[in-house]
Amino acid sequence: MLETLTESTTNSPMETTFDQIVAAVLSELGTDEQLTLQLTGEQSQFVRFNGAKVRQTGSVADGELHLNLMKGDRNSYREFPFTGKLETDLLQAQAALKELREEVPQLPDDPYLVWPKGNATSHEVNKGKLLAAGAIASSILPEVTGLDFTGIYAGGSLIRAYADSAGQKHWFATETFSLDYSLFTEDGQAVKGTFAGSEWSQEAYAAKLAESKLQLERLAQTPKPVPKGQYRTYLAPAAVAELMGMLSWGAVSESSMQRGGSALGLLQRGEKQLSPQFTLKENFSRGLVPRFNNWGEIAPVELPLVENGKLANTLINSRTAKEYGKTANGADEGESLRSPEVSPGNLATANILSKLDTGLYLSNLHYLNWSDRPTGRITGMTRYACFWVENGEIVAPIENLRFDESLYRCFGENLIALTDFQEFIPEVGTYGNRSLGGIWVPGVLSEEFTYTL
Amino acid sequence: MISELLRAIESLDVPADWVGLRAVKESVGVRAVRDGLPRSNGKSVNQGVMVEVLVNGQIGYGATNSLDLDSLRAAAKLAYEQAIAASPWTIHPLTPAARPKVVGEYISPFVKPLDALTPGEINDLLVRLCQTLKVSDQIVQAVATAIANETETWFVSSNGSEVYQKLVMLETHFGATAQEGAIVQQRSNNGYLAHCYQGGWELFPEPNLWERATQVGEQAVELLTAEDCPSETTTLVLAPDQMMLQIHESVGHPLELDRILGDERNYAGGSFVKPQDFGQLSYGSELMNITFNPSVPGEFASYSFDDTGAPATREYLIQEGVLQRGLGSLESQARTGIPGVACARASSWNRPPIDRMANLNLEPGSDSFEALTGDIERGVYMESNRSWSIDDQRYKFQFGCEYAKLIENGKLTKTLRNPNYRATTPEFWHSLKRIGNDTTWQMYGTPFCGKGEPNQVIRVGHGSPVCVFENVEVFGGGE
Repeated sequence: MLETLTESTTNSPMETTFDQIVAAVLSELGTDEQLTLQLTGEQSQFVRFNGAKVRQTGSVADGELHLNLMKGDRNSYREFPFTGKLETDLLQAQAALKELREEVPQLPDDPYLVWPKGNATSHEVNKGKLLAAGAIASSILPEVTGLDFTGIYAGGSLIRAYADSAGQKHWFATETFSLDYSLFTEDGQAVKGTFAGSEWSQEAYAAKLAESKLQLERLAQTPKPVPKGQYRTYLAPAAVAELMGMLSWGAVSESSMQRGGSALGLLQRGEKQLSPQFTLKENFSRGLVPRFNNWGEIAPVELPLVENGKLANTLINSRTAKEYGKTANGADEGESLRSPEVSPGNLATANILSKLDTGLYLSNLHYLNWSDRPTGRITGMTRYACFWVENGEIVAPIENLRFDESLYRCFGENLIALTDFQEFIPEVGTYGNRSLGGIWVPGVLSEEFTYTL
Repeated sequence: MISELLRAIESLDVPADWVGLRAVKESVGVRAVRDGLPRSNGKSVNQGVMVEVLVNGQIGYGATNSLDLDSLRAAAKLAYEQAIAASPWTIHPLTPAARPKVVGEYISPFVKPLDALTPGEINDLLVRLCQTLKVSDQIVQAVATAIANETETWFVSSNGSEVYQKLVMLETHFGATAQEGAIVQQRSNNGYLAHCYQGGWELFPEPNLWERATQVGEQAVELLTAEDCPSETTTLVLAPDQMMLQIHESVGHPLELDRILGDERNYAGGSFVKPQDFGQLSYGSELMNITFNPSVPGEFASYSFDDTGAPATREYLIQEGVLQRGLGSLESQARTGIPGVACARASSWNRPPIDRMANLNLEPGSDSFEALTGDIERGVYMESNRSWSIDDQRYKFQFGCEYAKLIENGKLTKTLRNPNYRATTPEFWHSLKRIGNDTTWQMYGTPFCGKGEPNQVIRVGHGSPVCVFENVEVFGGGE
């Protein structure tokens, strides 16, 4: 199948254009002005599937250049399309700079404005082997003939770049794909699968599907209605990833912590603890996402956030550091998790069901939200392959349940064990543009998980 | 732009059954202030063209932010090749009837254009809002935001369509966070960024803005010492700023035909509604009349044509409680045979149109607010959404609000904090017992409706009166 692969370049002409624009606009700056430039770009191929057929197919060539002008304690930004064509993009950049110079004097002072500093540079280009646009459907669909297969293939090149008037410059380009899919039974039960990477392998894809098909067979039985209540629960890695995703929404951010918006406030104040088995960190060593942030700062390769149940660090960006007298640790503007990892424990795969004994095995969760953020309480739904287990044996799939549970119980006093393996759950979101990275997480066995509907 | 697109379409050399070009230019000015200090000031312009090509019954698309002729021709070629490659696996062979010829124009009503206020004047207003919100030292955060959005769309096609639509929109928000030790409460102006409308700066500042900001700050502090919402099954009265979310999640999404067809099952989910339910399912009480109405002046998602060119008209989706019609585009209507509406919408030039809500409204009834609550012996009145979660079939939901009042013997009495409620969709809508008149009807909007693969976030508007639901499980916060 190698004839279906394209070993495309990672848009080096784009980098040339970016460099030329950076040089041109920086040369126009006055001595009392500072400027940062951030580039986001992609060339993406999307094929959407339903019922093992193609619902929609297309390609997107997109890019945005973000200029932020600072003068004294004032700043403003302009963002406009980046096409890679110098004659078009440079005119836009120069017009943006002119507008910014007119606007900035009108704005109030911002005492916590962060000026770029340092001279850090980085350059990372990861080439991939992706399916050619015309070969996507013909590579994916024959393997799922006869199955109710739905989902999306998204692949192509991605660019994240940064430059500023202090002299910093970063370029990160990568080629990736993800196939995010579900297989359904006739009565609507489903298994979820994600096949992602930078090199498409037909053999690896077939193996992944074979695994999903086996899981689908387990769903053949009629779903069992489970009454609301509290049950010992195994959360598979994908389910744990959903819960960890909530931490980027008002939890690990120091800025949120300072203004009452963090679910980890109880942990910080020592009023609650998490389990000594629970450790969460940022780990950039795998290189799946850029380490630089929107100020061009490089995050440490590793940053412990929760160590053995205790809060070790929050994510602190330079602005928050300036505002609250803290030390910045390379966090991005939103102080969200970018390359998180939950450490494994000692529960072996072979022992998951026996240790669960009687309770619920949850493969995935869906539509989470804080039901009471200050107390760390989250509500959401079970989704996909979730099972009722009795005496260490899977009995039947369940009808979906709503849960409403506190992080402090699930990952604290009620945490029984974490698995001795981690899985990588890729970030497959495509709002605005294709996401990068993902999370490494183990499964979690927890006592008395609360189901409410 | 129309003439440029027409020239482009004439120059394309793909042997397709139909070709369409949809250009979008979205200009967004953002002004945000926290605690009286600027947090975000700037403007973005996002612009590009989607070329759709129909061949062998399959549409392929090529989207580019390069507007020159060569780039459009390249995008058309890519779209054509992808349609050809996918056509052996097409889910439903389409004809040009899915993209009818249409000629027309729509421009949002507005009085003061979006450049009527300078960036400095807007910042002054937002700074003053933050100062007004900070009624006490217990206010640990005060925020205010104004977003001015002008979105223009041009659509031309090989079968003669020529459409221009210009949306002029203003989105505003303000809110306060109060804290006393471990107790943290938030209060805002009807929920996060709920004040989303079509129009210009005549919408802001509103005449009662400063009184409202003081009230929001005071209520945030009031909530610190309020009782927690009790856990009981009781009569629930919902304000329009929470009904917005209730309608959106438990009526809008389950009626989307692409969910019912299974397109969304891998992401947002399916629906408990089945194709055979249309025309006969009792969705809720007889008081329930839901309209798809893209013609409400000033409502956030008004337009004259959807992104495939279908003319948009007001239609009943649910009439006297009975399901009549789905939220389905011409494509979904062709696939299901179910009547739909003009709702094929794309978030921008770089995403294909899919079935979306637009303005989805609950029509008013006959009761004043006093009449609605006057005979309630015990119940809870809730305002402003704070938390939302619903299952992938849009059946089991749990929603939370910012602020509540206990209702005792027909009167609103104690303030309650952390109010939440949960139910299943059919049970809930059948428990609708009274519905407010047009004096209680308010409309809001949100720019954050997420759906689709690739993901798309889109604007919706929802109007509703105050509503009374019986026997609903309510509860509070804490462990």
